[in-house]
Amino acid sequence: MANFIIEFNRDLFNTISQHLEDNFPNEGCGFFLGKEGTPRVVTEVLPVVNSKEGDQRRRFEIAAIDYIKAEQYALTNGLNLLGIYHSHPNHPAIPSEHDRKQALPYFSYLILSIQNGKFAKATSWRLQETTQQFEEEIIHINKLKLT
Amino acid sequence: MSKIIIPTPLRKFTNQTATIQTNGTTVQAAIEELATKFPDLKQHLFDQSGTIRSFIRIFVGDDDIQSLEKEATKVSQHTIISIVPAIAGG
Repeated sequence: MANFIIEFNRDLFNTISQHLEDNFPNEGCGFFLGKEGTPRVVTEVLPVVNSKEGDQRRRFEIAAIDYIKAEQYALTNGLNLLGIYHSHPNHPAIPSEHDRKQALPYFSYLILSIQNGKFAKATSWRLQETTQQFEEEIIHINKLKLT
Repeated sequence: MSKIIIPTPLRKFTNQTATIQTNGTTVQAAIEELATKFPDLKQHLFDQSGTIRSFIRIFVGDDDIQSLEKEATKVSQHTIISIVPAIAGG
């Protein structure tokens, strides 16, 4: 167990949860950037459009051009692209098999459960390259562990 | 000569270097030069037949090379090549 930690301040975390509540009942998604380290510290959030064609209540996709912009923004501003967030509308904040198969090592995958339009729970995960399984990451909000 | 932006998850194979200058005059040549310089990248960029992997898209500026001349797309000194992994889930 590596005990990964990712840290948000309350305002940034609220930006994410508000974005995902606004997208309910569809899945919403976006990027977060900041400083690599132990813990990872998020300093910026980049909400993007769910570009998935078809059922956005069960799937999300980020357009290639949005990914390129996020990488370029990180480079320009001396930040690291740390991860991706998305919502599970009316489902638990547990990664699906589809999430795992699509995941890349390195990134933090933050999942928010949105129940009836309101934020309910958040978890974060990193894919382990050797096992191709997710390992849960501890979330800190204003330096306090999110439970 | 073109600049390749390495996607963050692959930077551990480039000694954490984020951008690489290459001399190739096509996308294929530039990507191959990158893989020669950082051999550990090869398996993440190309399949066994040497074709760029299906879940990776290559952009020249804002354009997907699939809408241009694919791997034969010409690049110049100011071209920015982006390697874009698929980002999706459910």
